[in-house]
Amino acid sequence: MAIMKEYKTINQIAGPLVFVDNVSGVSYNEIVEVTLDNGDKRKGQVLDISERIAVVQIFGPTAGISTDQTTVKFLGETMHLGLSTEMLGRAFNGLGEPRDKGPKVIPKERLDINGLPINPYSRESPNEFIQTGISTIDAMNTLVRGQKLPIFSGAGLPHNQLAVQIARQAKVRGTDEKFAVVFAAVGITHEEASFFIRDFEKTGALENAVLFLNLADDPSVERLITPRLALTTAEYLAYEQDMHVLVLITDMTNYCEALREVSSARQEVPGRRGYPGYTYTDLSTIYERAGRVKGSKGTVTQLPILTMPGDDKTHPIPDLTGYITEGQIILGRDLHRKGIYPPVDVLPSLSRLMNSGIGGTKTRDDHKGVADQLYAAYANGRDLRSLSAVVGEEALTDVDRRYLKFADEFENKFVRQGPYENRAIEKTLEISWDMFSALPETELKRVKKEHIEKYMKKK
Amino acid sequence: MVKLNGSKGYIKRISGPVAEVVCPGIKMYDVVKVGNEKLTGEVIKIVGDTGIIQVYEDTSGLKPGEPVETTGEPLSVELGPGLLKNTYDGIQRPLADIEKMSGGVFIKRGINAPSLDRTIKWEFKATMKKGDKVKVGDIIGTVQETELIVHKILCPHEGKLESISSGKYTVEDEVATVSSEGKKKSVKLYQRWFVRKSRPVIEKFPPIIPFITGQRVIDTFFPIAKGGTACIPGPFGSGKTVTQQSLAKYSDAQIVVYIGCGERGNEMTEVLQEFPHLIDPKSGRPLMERTVLIANTSNMPVAAREASVYTGITIAEYFRDMGYDVALMADSTSRWAEAMREIGGRLEEMPGEEGYPAYLARKLAEFYERAGRVRCLGSDERYGSVSVVGAVSPPGGDLSEPVSQNTLRVTKVFLALDASLAYRRHFPAINWLKSYSLYLDTLEQWYVDNTSSDFPKLRKLAMALLQKESELQEIVQLVGSDALPEKEQAVLLSTKLLREDYLQQNAYSDVDAKSSMKKQYLMLKTIMRFHERTLGAIDLGVQLKKVSELGTRTRIGRMKEITEEKLEEFEKLQADIDHDFDSLLKK
Repeated sequence: MAIMKEYKTINQIAGPLVFVDNVSGVSYNEIVEVTLDNGDKRKGQVLDISERIAVVQIFGPTAGISTDQTTVKFLGETMHLGLSTEMLGRAFNGLGEPRDKGPKVIPKERLDINGLPINPYSRESPNEFIQTGISTIDAMNTLVRGQKLPIFSGAGLPHNQLAVQIARQAKVRGTDEKFAVVFAAVGITHEEASFFIRDFEKTGALENAVLFLNLADDPSVERLITPRLALTTAEYLAYEQDMHVLVLITDMTNYCEALREVSSARQEVPGRRGYPGYTYTDLSTIYERAGRVKGSKGTVTQLPILTMPGDDKTHPIPDLTGYITEGQIILGRDLHRKGIYPPVDVLPSLSRLMNSGIGGTKTRDDHKGVADQLYAAYANGRDLRSLSAVVGEEALTDVDRRYLKFADEFENKFVRQGPYENRAIEKTLEISWDMFSALPETELKRVKKEHIEKYMKKK
Repeated sequence: MVKLNGSKGYIKRISGPVAEVVCPGIKMYDVVKVGNEKLTGEVIKIVGDTGIIQVYEDTSGLKPGEPVETTGEPLSVELGPGLLKNTYDGIQRPLADIEKMSGGVFIKRGINAPSLDRTIKWEFKATMKKGDKVKVGDIIGTVQETELIVHKILCPHEGKLESISSGKYTVEDEVATVSSEGKKKSVKLYQRWFVRKSRPVIEKFPPIIPFITGQRVIDTFFPIAKGGTACIPGPFGSGKTVTQQSLAKYSDAQIVVYIGCGERGNEMTEVLQEFPHLIDPKSGRPLMERTVLIANTSNMPVAAREASVYTGITIAEYFRDMGYDVALMADSTSRWAEAMREIGGRLEEMPGEEGYPAYLARKLAEFYERAGRVRCLGSDERYGSVSVVGAVSPPGGDLSEPVSQNTLRVTKVFLALDASLAYRRHFPAINWLKSYSLYLDTLEQWYVDNTSSDFPKLRKLAMALLQKESELQEIVQLVGSDALPEKEQAVLLSTKLLREDYLQQNAYSDVDAKSSMKKQYLMLKTIMRFHERTLGAIDLGVQLKKVSELGTRTRIGRMKEITEEKLEEFEKLQADIDHDFDSLLKK
């Protein structure tokens, strides 16, 4: 390793950025240790390097850094994380240092936290059904091992409850294998974080979990690191230790805010709503770190959570996320107001990998048809709801009224379930067929005839 | 692989995927090897002695002062046997070889693998003989590359054939020599071409043959021409990728080049794993044998993403030059435009609309202009075509953004994907009121000659009905459908059949995923027959309720499932419709 170089040549400090003069032999993305005059140490990373000047982004506040008394040490490598299976059951801060009172982790391996792109040729396509026990997800937006499926939520909606319920109930049918959970808290409040930790403790999931916590009052630039630490850990556990890993990241909105903060400090040309032009590429280096790969039994399944500012799906954060992830689970405020939990708005929700994870041997032969039929019938019922608000229910045809009733039943029987209610897929499908029986058979165009005969209970 | 020509220099600055280097004699768009790891890059700007390089690989760990060397040649691709069935990244490195050389599932940096396999010996059959005069583009011989496709070896030089012989050769062996003006030039099975330069042709022709996709909504209502251009814009989740993949699988193109530009890794894997198992109905061979895949997923380096569409279209043009009909799918051009924006931003260029560079419109137009039906170079009369279908992913589904707008200006077919259709699982979610095709007139004659003389008429009638439906729906929203006169309710009944039983097509059903033109015609004819009889019956005082209860109406709902081998069932269905109505009228 190269000799570590120390400099006292900070020339300019702007926001989270520090400009160091007269450097040499510094490499792009190298990690930096900054020592203040009072002995405080902060970490940073090289964002731009020319022959003389290094632009360093500090993970933490720049308060106390001065141009004449602060030393900058270049550590000669990019950001690495020491990894070992001993990390299970432990909690770390947003930079990967132990946050609980446990000892330092002795690493078996050190990996670059930025990871490398997975060769698309070396991936295996995800096709193993994960039963979450939540009807709206299992039947209509099926999650499969190796998928990245975000929850698009809004302020005040119960996305955290839903996330822990999924983490608690998720399993692949026919096996008892548990998921290891890697949890990354990105800029969430202390209260929210302790909700997650308490729940993990209560259900015994904690011993199988690795926690990285960057809370709301922790330095915002750290938020750019935290999810990468979590994913590096997940990749290690999955691809080298053959574990099935479920990664929960909350809240990606805070991540993007931090990205914007750094971008504006660098005086970059802003893109939409001030987010930098490379937001898509940057987000993809997080979300794409999920999947199954050849030659490894383990998988990384990602469940990021983000809150849509103003419940607006077209806001750059949900928008760019939706273009990278394999679908999205959208929570609806209307359903939440009606007191329905989990308030999953199925119509705009989607799982792109659903079709490869359902059917015949994986779930049941009628699954695809049932899902399509549920979508079509509920969409129709919802349209009629707004129509009947204008013309009154009396003006509707008999069939239309049955659709209206279907929509109500769908929300109350199918969507609604308890936070501890774990529905098997068969139960979910049974509820669906029960609801279909109230519609005329000529309307059931999405399900196969033979399935109607096989599964519909005659009344 | 290219030899370095020696011009050397060193790195001055690194910022993201952009490096500044000092290298005298550097030329614009030259390919450069950067740093100790020899990462591949391309010169995109020169100021004095300083070249600005976009680096195709992750730049972490690069230091100022590390060496730089130019290849003296612009970014180019290798064209020859071995392209088909292959999967490349954005700069034509084979992903399978990268896997071997990386020794794992992750893509390591600084890997240089030849694009075409150097070890395979191809069976070359000479079709010209010694002493023949050759022109640029003449076919001097063939290689049976896959069972589906004959790879024609195009002569890159003009002159007299001094030697040529059939036999087994690797791509680097000399198979022939050409002499012109006293100089001898050797011909190999492969040639190189600069990706940013379109391959020359004798002449471009207007498109007159449709590019049959097997998708009813496209072939019937919004046809794409062979050599034409189409764009598919839509918000996420509206089915762009599924539509693109359906086109790649079921279209009647002879060669398919599929570019996954900045898209999802798992989706590319699905393509990679699915295509080898899809069978071409005509030949019974895997579709992969006619396909070249380019996969530069979103987390792979952004500069290589920028290059990927050029790599793809150059390969497409090469097969076109052999006289094939080639389809190029680019998914998604928005990611390509964003790559340009990102690099433009790093260069501190003055941004245009929404931060995109001011040359966005020009680049998009240049790309789509490389499509076309052409007479290929060469002395025999050979025609080929490249049809381009580009997906656009407008932020928030808002088509007023620059990429969509500039794409619409240059493409002739607009397939508007609609999120609200996707929500109710109406797939393909192509909105029939907003979409258009400017090829309808030029292709009409083909439809008359090859499907049926009344096909254009049926299409117009069906479209008029769908238009009428949207007007009626507005009234229904206010007063309910019962308030409409029977005849207008009949329109709603027929358009429901059109929407659900014609426009909707299930990409995951074996039978329904693809419809031949013949089946499309029969289906449309059946529905329009039903409509015509309904109107007739209402005129004679039959209640619409009675019509809607007819058994044949339900059977129309199942007619998608009629296989191509049993198309005669349509005749029976049409006869039964007539019978049903006749007996209604008798009552």
